[in-house]
Amino acid sequence: MRPRLVLGSPLQLLLLVCSFALAGYAGVRLLAGDWFGVVLWFVGAAVVHDLVLLPLYAAADRALVRTAGRHVLYVRVPAAFSLLLLLVWFPLISGQVADRYASATGLSPDGFLSRWLLVTAALFGGSAAVFVVRRRRATGVRRRRATKERPPAVH
Amino acid sequence: MVRGPVSGVVPAYGRGMARTPFSPAFWRSPLRGPWFTSVLGIVLLGGITLLFVTGLLSYAAYNPDLAPVNDKTPDKGILGFYLFAWPTDPHWLYRLNQGVHVTLGITLIPVLLAKLWSVVPKLFTLPPARSLTHALERISLLLLVGGALFEFVTGVLNVQLDYLFPGSFYPLHFYGAWVFFTAFVAHAVLKLPLALRNLRQLREEKTELVSPDPAEPTVSRRGALGFVGGGSLLLFLTTAGQSFDGVLRRTALLAPHGGAEPGSGPAGFQINKTAAYAGIDPAETGEEAWRLVVVGRDGRTVRLGRVELLQLPLHSAALPIACVEGWATSDQWWRGVRLRDLAALVGYEDDPPDVFVESLQRRGSFRRAALRANQVADPRSLLALFVNGEDLTPDHGHPARIIVPAAPGVLNTKWVARLTFGDL
Repeated sequence: MRPRLVLGSPLQLLLLVCSFALAGYAGVRLLAGDWFGVVLWFVGAAVVHDLVLLPLYAAADRALVRTAGRHVLYVRVPAAFSLLLLLVWFPLISGQVADRYASATGLSPDGFLSRWLLVTAALFGGSAAVFVVRRRRATGVRRRRATKERPPAVH
Repeated sequence: MVRGPVSGVVPAYGRGMARTPFSPAFWRSPLRGPWFTSVLGIVLLGGITLLFVTGLLSYAAYNPDLAPVNDKTPDKGILGFYLFAWPTDPHWLYRLNQGVHVTLGITLIPVLLAKLWSVVPKLFTLPPARSLTHALERISLLLLVGGALFEFVTGVLNVQLDYLFPGSFYPLHFYGAWVFFTAFVAHAVLKLPLALRNLRQLREEKTELVSPDPAEPTVSRRGALGFVGGGSLLLFLTTAGQSFDGVLRRTALLAPHGGAEPGSGPAGFQINKTAAYAGIDPAETGEEAWRLVVVGRDGRTVRLGRVELLQLPLHSAALPIACVEGWATSDQWWRGVRLRDLAALVGYEDDPPDVFVESLQRRGSFRRAALRANQVADPRSLLALFVNGEDLTPDHGHPARIIVPAAPGVLNTKWVARLTFGDL
């Protein structure tokens, strides 16, 4: 039997064609300048995210789970938050726009790396503090339970 | 087909089957599922819609249909269908709009990343297309994902003055937004009923998002949502302060206009472009050299030095500087000559028209800009000579700058040299 072309839902088909036509109308204008550069950025952003960034952080997380076991959250949360800030503010933190930033805004470009490091320190420090408090509370509970269950010392 | 143990092929999984991303069992996170994806999707539906609306409003705030100098997208066609004369009330309108646009965009980054993570197994679905509709939907998803990332990346780079993207920010971000939003609307219409059903259901359906072989959970789904929300909260708290002065600005630890002010005293508030950056020659702004040229009805022309300007009635207005990049100052106390008084000098006594403003600035895309008649007519619209009780400093536009309520920062032209009144 020859494979037949299946259409799928006609309503969805109409909706998608309509959206493509509008995207085309804006897309022609988007591509009016450096069309190759824009296509590269548009498709490249999706490819880099799906095939590089996501596998990288997923692999890093798996490695972390293997190492840290059930305490993984105490490392995962501060590490992810710190890397999130680095990802978003990379141009300022890395200093790659330092000259333009300083001459345009009259502000110092030097504080970003230090502030990111301090925020990172606070995140990991805070996580460590939560870890210590929770463990102390847990051992306290265990000790109290043990005391209750013990038979009275004096008869 | 190979069953049974195959030595040397992905031994880490220890199940003896070569697992590629195309096999559902490759995806092992127990967090993935229709409920998790639906919650993130609903948040993005609201958030991205608000981003799109504030973006369109910001575009309108430039009055691109007023004059070619204001229009960075002259071939917009019907995409400018909604344009309207940007109002001057409330005077904090652009500050609010742009603060919401940029701060919300940055806050949504973790939600976007989590949403993309939650649906990544679908990228590898086999067969590639079950039907023509399904094939088109997958192409539409490329526009959706590529478009979302394109918009977020260009926005995040632009606010950090990192102009790496292939072209001018305005057309890329504007046309990119329309391409993205068409795919976004199609996706929302196709998926919203499903998302709402997923949220209402008590027990989860076994869809393709649910791993057939889930790993041991390290966090609950609610915990994972809290994690995403925590990332958003962290970005929000370290960004939002750049729309305010003083202590609040200092809380914006990593935002481009967070931290300290560029100086102390009356002129110690945020600067978009310094005089040096704009290529202002101090020889041109001195009392001897600088003359304001005002042109009006039938080519009537007046040339005014600073001394003559000071003899005109001076008025005050408390107005902010609000930048397209999302940062703003609180209200500063400006003092200068009303634009409508300058219009009256050159023949427009009762009917202030539009004005075409030219700066001494050598570089920069808004060294020439147009203001609409309603902006000229507002009594708070000034050619300011003073700010917070002192002469303007070079970086804030000495000897004279425009200040208009609710207008985007770059339309408040600094180092003004020439004003041409008349219908544009």
